Amino acid sequence: MIPAKFDYIKASSVSEAVNLLDKHGFDAKILSGGQSLLPAMKLRLNRPEIVIDINGIAGMNTIEETGDGVIIGANCTHTQILNSEVVYKNLNILHRTVQTLGDVQVRNRGTIGGSLAHADPSADYPAVVLACEANIEVEGKNGKRTIAATDFFEGIFTTALADDEIIIAVHFPKVAHGNYQKFYQSASRFAIVGVAVVHDGNAVRVGITGVSDTPYRATEVEKAYNGNSDAAEHAVDGVEVMSDHFADTEYRSHLTKVMVKRALEA
Amino acid sequence: MNVTITVNGKAHTHDIEPRTSLVQYLRETLDLTGTHIGCDTSGCGACTVTLNGEAIKSCTMLAVQADGSEVTTIEGMAQNGEMHPIQAAFKEKHGLQCGFCTPGMVMVAADILKNYPKPSEDDIRHGLKGNFCRCTGYHNIVKSIQLAAETINE
Repeated sequence: MIPAKFDYIKASSVSEAVNLLDKHGFDAKILSGGQSLLPAMKLRLNRPEIVIDINGIAGMNTIEETGDGVIIGANCTHTQILNSEVVYKNLNILHRTVQTLGDVQVRNRGTIGGSLAHADPSADYPAVVLACEANIEVEGKNGKRTIAATDFFEGIFTTALADDEIIIAVHFPKVAHGNYQKFYQSASRFAIVGVAVVHDGNAVRVGITGVSDTPYRATEVEKAYNGNSDAAEHAVDGVEVMSDHFADTEYRSHLTKVMVKRALEA
Repeated sequence: MNVTITVNGKAHTHDIEPRTSLVQYLRETLDLTGTHIGCDTSGCGACTVTLNGEAIKSCTMLAVQADGSEVTTIEGMAQNGEMHPIQAAFKEKHGLQCGFCTPGMVMVAADILKNYPKPSEDDIRHGLKGNFCRCTGYHNIVKSIQLAAETINE
């Protein structure tokens, strides 16, 4: 399978990439790891006229420890995150999540920025950025801004990124106590249900992916928790639960409660 | 677009269309047909090669993205007519039946053994997550990689 024709431009700076996006609008696509975009282009589900490769941009593939957080460049591959000592020590929940993500070859190419911008409803990262209350640093023609993870995901493959914006980095707080529980779709290994839990004193923050067309914070679980994992009963309160041939609404709802309970108790 | 890619130690320069995938370039331009195309959408792993030492699926990378990189394909594994220890182990342990998935299996095994010089069975099975064998010959593939690890460590 061969994609429709396109012009390939390797951007050497963020401003070059942003200007190209601004100029070409919907006709342009950003190429990061390409593990979702390229198959979609080969299947002709996506046919951009301009492909802007951001892999050569300096400074976008570093992992940096700050006083109370970890900043991960958008172009960091999953493998880079998996092998990072800084992530392992200060953000173990993310390390554990990446272990469940894709396969060796996909992890060697795919990037955290690409995955977040793609916003696949079954991707793993969304649950974790929500539970960690990470901030997503983006840049567009009017400069930089930061989008809170809770405001970032707007729907299936839809984010708060403006047409001329790209993700530069993800700012995580350090997380001492958290974990990610995933129920795999048995062929693709995407999440049918993915639950990230971060403990903060007696409180918890719960991020859920795979269940609705938009990843969400399980606020009703958070309110009810108070140390009791039975709060998992509220995992899909007020949520429109997806149905597909892997899991219908009833089964997926049940599974979500089970996985939330496991994540709260882990 | 003009690109220079070092494949199996030899630099090649070609003018290629941006939409050419790396696997298509390897097979059709360089005539290196040992790298197979299975699903062509990064599910099956048959097209696995190493890029700067890391296993990747060559159907899901544009050839122009490999400009300036070093690629190793199954043809680059044997040295001076001697099979690579991973290849020899696949032969010894019957790690293949129809053989279609084998080039990808050998190339991902190289990545597994780079990261886990003394892999547990679990390390190997997790490492093979992105590679399908439709003959379902996984047991012998795992044994082959275990033998290769022993041979390399000797």
